[in-house]
Amino acid sequence: MRPLFKFHGGVHPATHKAESTRTPIALAPIPTKLVIPLHQHVGNRAVPVVQVGERVLKGQIIGRPEGRLSSAVHASTSGTVSAIDMQLVAHHSGLPDLCVTLIPDGKDEWIAHSGVDYRQTEHTDLRHLLRQAGVVGLGGAVFPSDMKSYSHKHKIKTLVLNGAECEPYITCDDMLMRERAGDILRGAEVLRELLYAEEVLIGIEDNKPEAIAAMQKAVLDDKHAHMEVIAVPTLYPGGGAKQLIRVLTGIEVAAGVRSTEMGVQCFNVATAYCVWRAITFGEPLLSRIVTVTGNVEHAQNYEVLLGTPVDELVALAGSRADTNKHIMGGPMMGVDLPSGSVGVTKATNCIIEASPKLFPPPPPALPCIRCTRCADVCPAELQPQELFWFSKAKDFGKAQEYHLFDCIECGACAYVCPSQIPLVQYYRFAKSEIWQRERDAQAADLARERHEYRLMRIEREKQEKAERLAQKEKAALAAKAASPAPAVNPEPAHTSSAADPDDTLQMRIDAAVARAKAQAATAQPKNVNALTPQQQAEIAEIEARRAKIREMASHAGADDEPPKSNQG
Amino acid sequence: MIAALWVMVGISLLLGAVLGFSAIKFKVEGNPLVEKIDAVLPQTQCGQCGYPGCKPYAEAIAKGEANINKCPPGGEEGIRKLADLLGVEYVPFGEGAAPKAKAVAFIDEQTCIGCTLCLQACPVDAIVGAAKQMHTIIASECTGCELCIAPCPVDCISMQPIGEDITNWKWDYPTIPIVQVAAR
Repeated sequence: MRPLFKFHGGVHPATHKAESTRTPIALAPIPTKLVIPLHQHVGNRAVPVVQVGERVLKGQIIGRPEGRLSSAVHASTSGTVSAIDMQLVAHHSGLPDLCVTLIPDGKDEWIAHSGVDYRQTEHTDLRHLLRQAGVVGLGGAVFPSDMKSYSHKHKIKTLVLNGAECEPYITCDDMLMRERAGDILRGAEVLRELLYAEEVLIGIEDNKPEAIAAMQKAVLDDKHAHMEVIAVPTLYPGGGAKQLIRVLTGIEVAAGVRSTEMGVQCFNVATAYCVWRAITFGEPLLSRIVTVTGNVEHAQNYEVLLGTPVDELVALAGSRADTNKHIMGGPMMGVDLPSGSVGVTKATNCIIEASPKLFPPPPPALPCIRCTRCADVCPAELQPQELFWFSKAKDFGKAQEYHLFDCIECGACAYVCPSQIPLVQYYRFAKSEIWQRERDAQAADLARERHEYRLMRIEREKQEKAERLAQKEKAALAAKAASPAPAVNPEPAHTSSAADPDDTLQMRIDAAVARAKAQAATAQPKNVNALTPQQQAEIAEIEARRAKIREMASHAGADDEPPKSNQG
Repeated sequence: MIAALWVMVGISLLLGAVLGFSAIKFKVEGNPLVEKIDAVLPQTQCGQCGYPGCKPYAEAIAKGEANINKCPPGGEEGIRKLADLLGVEYVPFGEGAAPKAKAVAFIDEQTCIGCTLCLQACPVDAIVGAAKQMHTIIASECTGCELCIAPCPVDCISMQPIGEDITNWKWDYPTIPIVQVAAR
């Protein structure tokens, strides 16, 4: 029996997991339309590579990854692209983002795809495959998995597979582990290969005995070496990466330190499953398991195509009439969806149908009584009451001093608060204000730098101009001194004019005129070589006519006024 | 008595020499207060304060020639920061100097004649173009100072407000809505 460790704090909210684990995972039918956001991952938004009206096949890339930290987005089924525009997405802001709308044709026709044997493939190629397959962390953080499967800087000893699933209501990982344990472990082997990790620890909360049994059986059946399924105590937020690593290995990942620096990397079980599908079968991430629960007739897990509108998904589970909102994720950290039309994304692990009965509106917040129960339960060992005061007073410097950015926004503090203060909201407000300030400060620094450079450039140009003028003046004086000898004169034409030699401007003009004349004299027409006798005859005729006209004109002009200039 | 006097004179000469030496050796170039004030200012270089740029305004504040409420792009928070820094009272904005929503300049390239006047006006070189080539704004570098609008002979530059999107959205300050309850 492996000794387990404890993390600080934690709470025991009612789990509500039994409702949605009674029936196996069902395959959701192809919906009438798919709204696929192009920004479903941490990093840069994918760039659309399809046109409106184009027919796409299942698994075809519709958004290519942009920049280093990004991931591909695919068509979840075959059909026609009907729009690429801004649509509401699952985000706290309720603001629209760029989405591809796909009208499925019902044929579900795959694009040509094939997998590779991960043991005989370069690691760089495997990571490229993951990136092109759009594999990102499915635990909710949606961090591109290819960026996490490196180990060249730090030696990774332990790969932690996160099957804790600590948030109430959510059971998608539980059901996945019960039904597809073999593939999860095979994916873990791929990740172990990429990370050169020695051991794999699979942490599952002990309120999921079926999943633990299934995973343990799969470890034995497939004879995975150095792989252990460990039941961890049920305690929210035990599924946080840092918390799970602490419980399994005893390693405490300090603030501002990545777990890889301590030799541990953590992946969600569903991510491992997708890694296996992507590498071995060449199947990109097109669908995921979503728990539909809450105020529904029959709560269940569905395998859902990414982009499926939430409305169509909850209709399958029989959403009740008094549902007033949809929550994506769990009740502790979830996002209130702005509308039922948003598409399921890679981050959607659960849809909770909320009703006023199920989630009564919180009573108004009362003043903080400094009971510090929040500090007792904080898994990041922060002082939530201090952070609350500083955020409320908009004293952001102090909030940062108290390590605001180590807050994982798990909501345990707000859960126990006897004054029902929406603490996490204050922290999120403070964080986004600080980010905004940092952006502003960066913009100001850039502007200052550019402005100072501009002033310097103007000054330099002025100096250069003055120097150039001074040199010319000098040259002109020298020319004047050496006057009658035009051969050594840098401006040879000034003697030809009757102008005052002291006037340097006039000198320069004269020089330019002389240069132009000299150029005109030396210039030869270039299109008169190799002419036929007939053409030469024509040219001669034209020249004769011109000469005649010129003669006539000069005669006529001599009568009334002198000719202005040579017409040649 | 005389000996004591000489000792005192000796000490004062020595200390004077040390002070004089350190005044030259550790001389601080420029006014450090100006740098601090300049760091608070938003660097739009817009000249709304009446000075040709943020640095000259910072110098004027440091000398006590200018008031701290002359920078609309810095917002009220900018005034508060300056007040904190200088240890003076907060001063509200004067008439007609209210902060505006952030915006970036936009050149209508159909109308632009390529006169380069806006290029010369831009304090941060955020306009690309050349004579008789239409110009365009580098939106990420534009400070929204509006200095390019006046020189344009064909009025093809407009200010476009920066809208809120998912990348720059901020969480609201939590508030408790006040609900009217019927009197009993």
